[in-house]
Amino acid sequence: MSENNSVGLVAPQSAHFDTPLPLKSGEVLPQYHLTYETYGELNADKSNAVLICHALSGNHHVAGKYKESDKSAGWWDNLVGPGRPLDTNKFFVIGVNNLGGCHGSSGPSNTNPATDRPYSATFPVVTVEDWVQSQARLMDYLGIQQLAAVIGGSLGGMQALQWAIAFPDRVKHALVIASAPNLTAQNMAFNEVARQAIITDPEFHDGDYYNYGVVPRRGLRIARMLGHITYLSDDVMGAKFGRKLRDGTIKYSFDVEFEMESYLRYQGDKFAGEFDANTYLRMTRALDYFDPALDYGGNLSAALAHVKAKFLVVSFTSDWRFSPARSKEIVKALLDNEISVRYAEVTAAHGHDAFLMPDPHYHAIMRSYLAKVKV
Amino acid sequence: MSQPIQSSTDHTAIRPDFALISQWIKPHAKVLDLGCGDGELLTHLHHQHDIRGYGVEKDDSNWLTAMENGVDVLQMDLESGLSGFEDQSFDTVILSQTLQAMHNTEGIVQEMLRVGHEAIVTFPNFGYWRNRFQIVFGNMPVSKTLPYQWYDTPNVHLCTIDDFDAFCTKHHIAIIERKVITDGQDIQFLPNFLGNLAMYRLKSA
Repeated sequence: MSENNSVGLVAPQSAHFDTPLPLKSGEVLPQYHLTYETYGELNADKSNAVLICHALSGNHHVAGKYKESDKSAGWWDNLVGPGRPLDTNKFFVIGVNNLGGCHGSSGPSNTNPATDRPYSATFPVVTVEDWVQSQARLMDYLGIQQLAAVIGGSLGGMQALQWAIAFPDRVKHALVIASAPNLTAQNMAFNEVARQAIITDPEFHDGDYYNYGVVPRRGLRIARMLGHITYLSDDVMGAKFGRKLRDGTIKYSFDVEFEMESYLRYQGDKFAGEFDANTYLRMTRALDYFDPALDYGGNLSAALAHVKAKFLVVSFTSDWRFSPARSKEIVKALLDNEISVRYAEVTAAHGHDAFLMPDPHYHAIMRSYLAKVKV
Repeated sequence: MSQPIQSSTDHTAIRPDFALISQWIKPHAKVLDLGCGDGELLTHLHHQHDIRGYGVEKDDSNWLTAMENGVDVLQMDLESGLSGFEDQSFDTVILSQTLQAMHNTEGIVQEMLRVGHEAIVTFPNFGYWRNRFQIVFGNMPVSKTLPYQWYDTPNVHLCTIDDFDAFCTKHHIAIIERKVITDGQDIQFLPNFLGNLAMYRLKSA
């Protein structure tokens, strides 16, 4: 991917909302702000807007760099840009940091205007439904009545699905990538281990660690290490690390001996240095709670009865955390409602992480689908 | 699942078997095309009958072409059945020149009749005289409808028209209509000998 197809230098923006947001939990967020980024130009009739919803550890910084010296670009930079599959010459692309996040939007690490102290543990538990409501308000703020598309992978795909459910007239296309209509018990179990790692860290202080000037690093680190294992396939880990020793010799110790350990520790350390533990708890809970079929006696088809958006559903063969079978459940529910849906099962080695990789066939699918989206 | 027998290179005219399939489709019908290839049949049926169509296609590049042709195409492997589809949720389920390449032949026909009120199955007739002659003279048949060599053919379950009739009887499948053609021409006389393509319209007996 050439540099000149990049959206280039970008800057985040912020929108403040004073209208209270009633949350699914029953709590109300009296006021909040959302941090977002945009790429491309909104056309005159505001019909070319595409919202990208982020996953567990993502944020609004989808593409481009803040300054030339940034080591890496936004998290889905390979997809978004002039001439890239999500072509910013055609579309006005919006990335938003979800409520409860730690990259600018109102979240546990922000100061609560009512108390002048960090929200900490008092920041409400937010859900996919709440995020979509808040994103819809951001669209109102930007003057966008209908989105040409909502795109998301993993937890982001759940938001794309929820958009189509909650706002049938405001979404023309939903692109649900490497996602699921709810989490399996096994999938939720990983989240629970991650949360337990954080909550039992002595420096968690019931979520009030900001006031103690500490961070539950150990917990976050373990949570992320666990996550990383589940995002990769056995094959990819084998190919990438195998049983390679870091120093070429076994030392009979509990230090880093295998390359795989080195990788996991590096990823864990990096994450613990930049992500907020309270946000991590909330993101995993949003994943756990999402289950649009719940109100319909477990019948997903009934939950999608009013959907009008057209769908592209994509899964990856080696993704065992959001397996193709789960994507097919979404496809079946769409079929039951005679909704337009295209489903691709991409042969990919990278496990769940495949949705972020620039696999040529996967990107050809995205490019072709988006090329046909009318604006 | 790709269409292993005949690829459509002629875009000016519709394949004769597609034209005949079209006669068996009702206006506005809900149609599922298994092994839809590039989506040509569904596109044709959409223009002819304003159908609500979905295609199933396993091959990456066919899948992509079908999508680019505007078809609602689902990438699934027919060998594992049609578990993603509700009972009787389609008016017609089509399997066009793909049956002979299926391993789970019995399963797919039964699944088609579970999911569709009717099924359309077409296949190259192995009993066609040219095929018989080639075997008599000592070679595996290679022809327009069977274009592969024995060592590279995807076809694993070739049959004759008489064989398929017996298959339907054994599996309690009712034949609503049968057409046999050779190069687009209707064959009434000695169909199992003179016909190279068999087309069946089926329902559960």
